[in-house]
Amino acid sequence: MQFTINGHAVEVEADVRTSLLDLLREQLGLSGTKKGCDQGACGACTVLVDGERINACLALAVQYQGRAITTIEGLADEQTLHPLQAAFVEHDGFQCGYCTPGQICSAIGMAHELERNVPSVVTADLTAQRIAFDHDEVRERMSGNLCRCGAYNGIVDAINATFGRASA
Amino acid sequence: MNAEQKPAPSQWQPGVTPDEVMHRHGMIGKPVSRLDGPLKVAGKARFAAEVPYEHLAHAALVHSSIARGRISELKTEAARAAPGVILVLTYQNMPRLQNPPLFGSAPKAVGASTLPVMQNEHITWNGQPVALVLAETHEQAEYAASLIEVRYDVLPAKTDFDAAKRQARAPDTILGEPPAIEIGDAEANLQAAAFKVDATYRTPRYNHNAIELHAATVAWQGDELTVHDATQMLNGTAWTIAQLFGIDEKNVRVLSPYVGGGFGGKALWDHQILAIAAARLAQRPVRIVLSRASVFRIVGGRTTTEQRVALGATQDGQLTALIHTGVAAMTPYNACPEQFSFPARHLYATQALKVAQQVADMDMMVNTFMRAPGESIGTFALESAIDELAGQMQLCPIELRRRIEPSKDPVSGLPFSSRHLLEAYQRGAERFGWDQRNPVPRSRRDGEWLIGMGVATATYPYYRMPGAAARIKLTNDGHLTVSIAAHEMGMGTATAQSQHVAERFGLPLEQVTFELGDTTLAAGSLAGGSSQTASIAAAVIAAGEQLIDQLLMLATGDSPLAGFKRDQVEAINGGLAVRGDTTRAETYAAILQRAGRTALQCEAPAPEPAELQHYSMHSFGAQFCEVKVSAITGEVRVTRFLGSFDTGRILNPKTAASQFRGGIVMGIGLALTEATEFDPRSGRIMNPSLAEYHVPVHLDVPEIDVMWTDIADPHSPIGARGIGEIGITGVGAAIANAVYNATGKRIRDLPITLDKLL
Repeated sequence: MQFTINGHAVEVEADVRTSLLDLLREQLGLSGTKKGCDQGACGACTVLVDGERINACLALAVQYQGRAITTIEGLADEQTLHPLQAAFVEHDGFQCGYCTPGQICSAIGMAHELERNVPSVVTADLTAQRIAFDHDEVRERMSGNLCRCGAYNGIVDAINATFGRASA
Repeated sequence: MNAEQKPAPSQWQPGVTPDEVMHRHGMIGKPVSRLDGPLKVAGKARFAAEVPYEHLAHAALVHSSIARGRISELKTEAARAAPGVILVLTYQNMPRLQNPPLFGSAPKAVGASTLPVMQNEHITWNGQPVALVLAETHEQAEYAASLIEVRYDVLPAKTDFDAAKRQARAPDTILGEPPAIEIGDAEANLQAAAFKVDATYRTPRYNHNAIELHAATVAWQGDELTVHDATQMLNGTAWTIAQLFGIDEKNVRVLSPYVGGGFGGKALWDHQILAIAAARLAQRPVRIVLSRASVFRIVGGRTTTEQRVALGATQDGQLTALIHTGVAAMTPYNACPEQFSFPARHLYATQALKVAQQVADMDMMVNTFMRAPGESIGTFALESAIDELAGQMQLCPIELRRRIEPSKDPVSGLPFSSRHLLEAYQRGAERFGWDQRNPVPRSRRDGEWLIGMGVATATYPYYRMPGAAARIKLTNDGHLTVSIAAHEMGMGTATAQSQHVAERFGLPLEQVTFELGDTTLAAGSLAGGSSQTASIAAAVIAAGEQLIDQLLMLATGDSPLAGFKRDQVEAINGGLAVRGDTTRAETYAAILQRAGRTALQCEAPAPEPAELQHYSMHSFGAQFCEVKVSAITGEVRVTRFLGSFDTGRILNPKTAASQFRGGIVMGIGLALTEATEFDPRSGRIMNPSLAEYHVPVHLDVPEIDVMWTDIADPHSPIGARGIGEIGITGVGAAIANAVYNATGKRIRDLPITLDKLL
C-alpha cells in the first residue's frame, strides 16, 4: 500500500484488515495517534486526510492509498510546535495527554470547517455569511473528542487563542 | 560515617513540627506550564502500548459469557490453526500461579481480588477471561480469538442487587475504619426532632473510562521480567507479580512514565498477568491492549449503592441526629466496600451519630476504587439530605451548614489540622452570586428552561501513603535530580514536584530534574487517595536532610559553612547559607568542587504518617451550580459551576485548576449521564462502549470557575493535602439540589436522566 504521510511517500505491506490507526501505530511507529475505543466513539485517533479530520480507527488503511495523511507528528517540524500545540501547553488543555493529539488534529480540521461555513447542529442562522466562532460552536464541533481528565475548558481556550476571530 | 558524624535528628517530625518550606513563595505557587507538555502535544510521550520491541507478539482475549459455572468444553483447534497464531492460552496450559495477594493484605499487595487467574475451569463473573490468543499481528489474534468456542455448565448466580442486599453483611472494616459507629441514640433523636429528613438514595455502577485503553508490553529475558505498564501502583505491581509467578521481586522491572488517565482504574488486572504468562510460554515479547469492551469486562469500576440518610434538627438548626447507612455491592473476593459513610463521620456537629455500612455479595467483576470512592456518592446522599432539611426549615443551606460546623472531629474528637470550609463557602457564594438564588423552587424561568441553583459540600481525607523513598543526586555543576518510582497520569507530578524540589533546595527550576515512572528508582507509594504529593514530599524531606548532612561534612577547612550543623543552615541561592547570615554561604557546586567530588547521592524513606494520629486531616470545598432544565423534555444542562476549595497549599495553580475542574467534570457525568448498565438476569454489562456509556463531552461542560483558600496545612509536608479527588465530591448533590431548585423535583436516584424529570 502507498500513502503520503506527513509529506513523505510511504510504501508498506499490510493485512487488508488493518485499520489506518493500527497501520500508523503498529507498522509505521507513529504512535502519536491514539487508540481509545477502536469504534469511533472517542476521537483519540483523529488524523487529517487531505485536510479533513477522520477517525483513523474507523478507516481501513487500504481505503486511503494515495491520500495525504497528516498526524500529530506532522504538524510541525522536529524542533518546533504548531501554534495550537503551543497553545495547548500554555492553556493547560490536557492532563494525561492521551486524547491530546486527537483533540489538536480535530481542532485544526474543525477550524477549516468553520472557515468554509459548514454549519453544525447549534448553528442558529444557516444563511449567515459567516458562522460565528463562538463558545457553543467550538464546543459542539469538538464534542466527538472525549477528554476524561476533563480539560475541556483549557482545550477551548487554546483553540480560541489560536483560531478565534475578533468577532468571537 | 563515624560516631561524630552522626546526622542531626530529623528536623521535620510529622504532626509535631511544621515543614518550613510551606511558607516560601518562590517556585511553589507559580503557574508553571507542564514540563512534559511539549512531548505530550507532539505525540512523543510514549505510553505502555507504544514501546517498540523486535518480534513482538500481539494478544487478544476471549471472555466468559456466563456469570457463574464451569467450562465444560473448550474448542481451540480452529484458533490454533489460524494464520499467524503462536499460542492459545487457557486454564489447561496456563502456568500454575499463586493466587494474587489482595490489595492491602501486605504493604505492597495490589491484587484486585484473591481469585486465581485462569487456573481452573471455574467461572466467577460474566466477562472473565477464558482464553488468550497470541499471534504475529493484532488482526490475526483478534480473528483467531473469534474462532474459539466455549461451552459451560451454568450455575445459579447472584446478579440481582435487590435480591443480594437482602443478605447483606457487615465487612470486617471499611478501609481500616469500623463499618459502624453509634454515638448517642440517633434513631430516638430523629423521632423526637422538630425537623426531620429520612430518605433513600441510589447510585449506579460507574466505570473510570480513562481514554487510554489498559495495555502492557511485557518481555522476559531469562528470569528477568520487564513490564511496560499503565499503572498507578508501580512497586505494588512489581511485588505482586513476583508473588504470583514465584520469582524475586528484584527481577521484575515495571515502567510507567506516562499513564493516559487512571482515576483508580489503572491497577493490576488479569491482562498483565496473562500477557506475562503468554510471553513466558511463547518466549516472545508480548503486547496486550484491551478493547474498550474488555476494559468493562475485566477492569472493576465503582459499585452500586443504596444509602439511607436521616437528619433530625432543632428549631434553631442544630443537628440532633445524623444517620448514614446503606449497602454496596461487592464480592467475597475483594475488599472495596465503597466508603460512602466517611463524609458523615467528619463533616458536621451532631448530638447523635449513626453510620453503618454493609456489603452485598454478588457474582460480578470485582469492583474497585474510582475517583473519591465513597466520598463522591456519599456526599451525593448526605448533601442532598442537608439541602432537603434546609428547604424544610426555610433556611439558606449555607446558613444551615454554618450552624452545624463542628469545632473538632465528631467521631475521633481530634482537632482538625486545618479546616476553613465556611471561608470556602463565603468566598464561593460571593463570586458565584449565590444571593441571586430564589429559595422557592420553580420560580425562575427563561422560555422553556427552568433555572435553578444548588450548593453542596465537598470533602476528601488527607492521606500519606507509607512506602515512599527519595533518591537525590547532586552533581558538581549544582544540578539536583530527585528520583522516585512515582506516577504521572495527568496530575502534573514532575512539574509540581520540580517546583517543590527547586524551592526546598534553593535552586532555579532548570537546575532540577524529577524522575519518575520506573521501579529501578527509589520506591514510590501508589498514586491513590490523593496522597502522592504529600507522600513524595515527605520522602524528599527525609532524603534532603541526609544530603545537607553530607554537604556539611564536605564543607570543612576554609568553607564559610565549616562547623555548622544542619539546623543552623538553610538551602538558598543554589547552595547552603547560615541562617540569619546569608553572607556566610557556599553553593552546592563550590562545596562539591572543593571536596573534589563529582556528585553526591543519598536515599531515604519517608517517616510514617504520624500526623494522622494527632489530627483529623481533611480537605473541604463548596460546590456551586446553576442548571437549566427543559420543561418540555426534562433535559438538564449545567450552565454555570464554581468550586471553592480548602485543600492546603497549592503548588501550581495552573495544573491544580485543571485537576479541580477535571474532578467537577467527572462529577457532572456522575450526576447526569453516566451509568454502567448491569443486567440483573445475566450479570452482563450491557453498555461496554464509549458510545453507550456517556462521559461528559465538550458541549456538556460550561466554563468552570475554581478558587481556593491556599491556606497551608501546618501538619502536612509543604502544607499540601492533595487535590486529585475532592473535585468530584459534592458535585452530584450540587447538581441534584440545583435541579430541585429549578423544578421542585427531588431526584434521589442517579443519574438524573430526563425520564426522571418528566
